[in-house]
Amino acid sequence: MAEEEVKLFGTWGSPFSRRIEVALKLKGVQYEYIEEDLTNKSPALLNYNPVNKQIPVLVHNGKPVAESFVIMEYIDETWKHNPILPADPYERAMARFWAKYIDEKFWPAAKKTVVAKGEEQKGAIDEIQQQMKNLEGELKEKKFFGGESLGFLDIAANIIIWLVVAQEALGMDQILNEEKLPVLHGWLHRLLDDAVFKECVPPKERHLDFFKVKFGSSIASK
Amino acid sequence: MAGNGDGVTLLGYWASPYALRVIWALKLKEVHYEYREEHLPDKSPMLLQYNPVHKKIPVLVHKGKPLAESLVIIEYIDEVWKHNPLLPQDPYHRAKARFWAKFADEKCVPAMFRAFSKVGEEQVQAAKELRENLKTLESALEGKQYFGGETIGFLDIAVGWIGCWARMNEEVAGVNMIDAEMIPLLSVWFQKFLELPIIKECLPPQDKLLAHTKEFHKMLMMAALT
Repeated sequence: MAEEEVKLFGTWGSPFSRRIEVALKLKGVQYEYIEEDLTNKSPALLNYNPVNKQIPVLVHNGKPVAESFVIMEYIDETWKHNPILPADPYERAMARFWAKYIDEKFWPAAKKTVVAKGEEQKGAIDEIQQQMKNLEGELKEKKFFGGESLGFLDIAANIIIWLVVAQEALGMDQILNEEKLPVLHGWLHRLLDDAVFKECVPPKERHLDFFKVKFGSSIASK
Repeated sequence: MAGNGDGVTLLGYWASPYALRVIWALKLKEVHYEYREEHLPDKSPMLLQYNPVHKKIPVLVHKGKPLAESLVIIEYIDEVWKHNPLLPQDPYHRAKARFWAKFADEKCVPAMFRAFSKVGEEQVQAAKELRENLKTLESALEGKQYFGGETIGFLDIAVGWIGCWARMNEEVAGVNMIDAEMIPLLSVWFQKFLELPIIKECLPPQDKLLAHTKEFHKMLMMAALT
């Protein structure tokens, strides 16, 4: 059998490339990680993802795959042990539905809670709270969205950590607090405790500094 | 092949391309289903119950369990009814199909909507963006008859509707969206795809769709003026 060559193009601070790192590590796949400077994208990245010119890109034996959920499904189908998606088609569909929800609804609203001001910010905070309540409805009593162990939706929901860190960096009240969102709050702590997952979050101090630098001035001007 | 006992219901809307692509998937799999028309903008209690998060069609209900988001539904259909596979077998080709479906939904469709609903410079830019994105989408054909190869598959049904809607939209909004010189291969593919009997028979009545499109456009233009 030919030797596998797996490369991942990502950035240290991107939740999207961190998702791929979790997936690869859960599967025990050896890979070469290439850190991209998005202000100066490498010729390799532009060659492997000419359409969107974005990270993450997974390159498997020379063949590139882009878009984080597309990559995660590819990983799950290529390395079949330790499945990330459930076996049951309905449960798979629910994982995909909520993952889509996270990227298309939660992520834009989360960004707004940090950069918007006044009424717009308040509206975004209310919206996010409702969205997280909806996610709690999907999690219910389970340890993780994936059940006893991490799955597709847990990995997709890593973006919640970015919101938590941003709010901490900017001295904002945590929207994800134990009182209002006990179920999700518990899940987050289990996630951050997971041996594989915790290797795949940005280093805390560097991450906090990043948000302070990026958004700090917008808070100061309020 | 699939019998009534499977209990499949589709909540849809006659003018929705998202419901249409689910219908195409069901037809290709020969799944027997009950269709329920939603009289939008009014939403039935059933729709609100089955899709409380988005309150949108299409919603597929199978054995009492609801699913929303058309591409999620289509993948579900492909996994439950395994004959006439929609997605290719090979993981790399599956990834490409999913990538391009996402590209079409996220880059082509919003540009088309902006080209339809805006005026002036904004409209010109949106139409240009749409034409360029369709050119990019064309590269995914890779010289094949259909995106699925010799026969249609997931990506064909995911994006084929754009050929119908774009032609109607460009006529009503007065801006070029399908430039046959710029996208010769995609233009041919749109035509071939939409002429396939199984595809064509599910299209909304074209005169009704045109009238609906004109009315929608009028509404958008009036809203833009206020």
